[in-house]
Amino acid sequence: MIEAIGLTKRYGAKTAVHNLSFQVRPGHVTGFLGPNGSGKSTTMRMILGLDRPTSGHVSVGGHPFRALPNAPRQVGALLDAKAVHGGRSARNHLLSLAQLSGIPATRVDEVLGVVGLQDVARKRSKGFSLGMGQRLGIAAALLGDPRVLLFDEPVNGLDPEGILWVRNLMKQLANEGRTVFVSSHLMSEMAVTADHLIVIGRGQLLADMSVKDFISANSADFARARTPDGDPGQREKLAAVLTEAGGQVLTEPGGALRITELTLPRISDLAYDAGVRLWELSPHQASLEEAYMRMTQSAVDYRSTADELAGFEPPHAGYGAGSQGYVTPVVPEVPQQGWYAPPPPGQNPYAAAAPRAAQGAPGAPAQAPAPPPAHAPAPATAPAPATGPTKSDTDEDAR
Amino acid sequence: MTTPYQQGPRPGYQQGPHSGPPQPHGHAPGDGSFGYTSPIPARPTHLGDAVASEWTKIRSVRSTMWTLGVMVALILGIGLLTAAAVAATSDDVGNENVLILGFFGVLLATMCVITLGVLVISSEYGTGLIRSTLTACPSRGRVLAAKSLVFSLVVFVVSTVTTLVTGALQVAVLDGRSPTGEEWFRSTVGVSLYLAVLGLLSLAVGGLIRHSAGAITVMIGLVLLPLVMAMFMLSESLTWLREAMFTYSIPAQLSVFYGSDVSLDSVGSGPRGWEPLWIMLVVTAVAMVGAYFSLDRRDV
Repeated sequence: MIEAIGLTKRYGAKTAVHNLSFQVRPGHVTGFLGPNGSGKSTTMRMILGLDRPTSGHVSVGGHPFRALPNAPRQVGALLDAKAVHGGRSARNHLLSLAQLSGIPATRVDEVLGVVGLQDVARKRSKGFSLGMGQRLGIAAALLGDPRVLLFDEPVNGLDPEGILWVRNLMKQLANEGRTVFVSSHLMSEMAVTADHLIVIGRGQLLADMSVKDFISANSADFARARTPDGDPGQREKLAAVLTEAGGQVLTEPGGALRITELTLPRISDLAYDAGVRLWELSPHQASLEEAYMRMTQSAVDYRSTADELAGFEPPHAGYGAGSQGYVTPVVPEVPQQGWYAPPPPGQNPYAAAAPRAAQGAPGAPAQAPAPPPAHAPAPATAPAPATGPTKSDTDEDAR
Repeated sequence: MTTPYQQGPRPGYQQGPHSGPPQPHGHAPGDGSFGYTSPIPARPTHLGDAVASEWTKIRSVRSTMWTLGVMVALILGIGLLTAAAVAATSDDVGNENVLILGFFGVLLATMCVITLGVLVISSEYGTGLIRSTLTACPSRGRVLAAKSLVFSLVVFVVSTVTTLVTGALQVAVLDGRSPTGEEWFRSTVGVSLYLAVLGLLSLAVGGLIRHSAGAITVMIGLVLLPLVMAMFMLSESLTWLREAMFTYSIPAQLSVFYGSDVSLDSVGSGPRGWEPLWIMLVVTAVAMVGAYFSLDRRDV
């Protein structure tokens, strides 16, 4: 059991971890997720008493790590795969750690066998590949046969066989009743390994829930509808009808429509009533990776937007509320590269086409003040159809 | 905490009902026990375990062999060369203590001791191994004590044996008077103690600086700089400083063990007898306390 309460770490003006509270329970693989630089490793080092928290505290089995009786037999950790003196052989490296921990030397050969390094045990670790280094680090973590295991990015540099092995090892360790805490920035990896997730972004807790809850709470279910190819009129008609009925509609690159907030039967009924033929109507669920990207990206948005209220703006200021008459909706294009993927640093694919100048249009300023409640129905504010969806992105650019 | 992730999602994905604040999972507060018990018997660890570990570490890297090998070669080689040179040029060394010919070799050997002392701790910082070490042994004091103990013993033993052999060969090559017991003792055990303590000072500096090259530079500067600087202090008003730098420089203090009087200044004051060792011990103790607090307080 690892328990963190109000953990905060500042390096000068930079806050690496901010007010982090969580528990890691035995018998589960707990995934510790966050983008690079979100404070995962710092948190791990604080758990191990290597870094002192600026405030708050963290305990392992009820004791702070440095006060833990027989610490190496309770906690094992892989922090850095290459944390080995290159001139020392794998066996001597593990032997020195075993002697320090009061572990019999026979255990060294045992763990070397477990991680599959027995053939290179007497070679100098300088020549090890990153994958072999990871295995050696895992061997060091397993050395004391501990009840609590911490792994920082254990699958980095491993081949597919190695990744599968680590995955099964984690599960097996947890099944034996141990506490397993694994950090990663790969959601897809955690989705198949972890039972429980702790997600942080910019050092703050974003989620602490089971993988199942995480998916259902964060993934966006959507329906895909395809109208006959070569007849854009049909598609636009359907989009208009669905929007009218309260759905959110986006066009996919292939020409299909992505619809949220309407059930499949309802979409079918609406299409039927409108006389639009459907070639496809299918349910979809966003992957865990998408949910995670969305969560962490909005954390980034949250922290970097100068005007915090800007985030509340309806992202989809769409269809014709300003002019009461029916306006043919311009269906926003789904961005080509990645649905939720954060823009690569230094460039924003969404905003590129809509520079600030476009916001100078008469309709635009009306958007910014008086943000409606977050859950207000989308078609509420101003008619600025084309630039609407990119507004929040240009704000982001202004940071 | 507000709910950051409901702000500014991509268009069309403002899902209504779910976006509450992230709920910390309702854990049953600590059942207190771990779910797993290892079959390997656990026993409390002590300083002896840490010493065994450090012994494994120090013997399993080549840099130890290299630095100690060079150290032996310097003491032995230069000691014998000097003796041979003296034997070739003069027939009679008179009433001199021939052991003093070992001084130059030992002086150069300090560089090896410094390098090894620094590396014993700073290489762990360089590789990140220190994190594994301190995870396996959260007691910083024990780690530092074990390192100091193992390293200083290794240096002391190697140095004593080497100086003893060198001295014996020098006496054999030159047929002067045979040195007294005290002269033997000071130029072997005394010198070796001084080297070991100098090595500990390097280890402490390595622990404070945490960077191999930086710490070695500082230590070599400490050995050489006072002599070099004193050479250029020609001003009359700086005489006292110049003399202090000469007499308390590490080479001068080391020469005291050979009965030399270069450490004495114009008025005959300066370290004599065993004083250099005590001075070095005090300096090292201070640095060691600093290294301990650095290891204990600073983030690793």
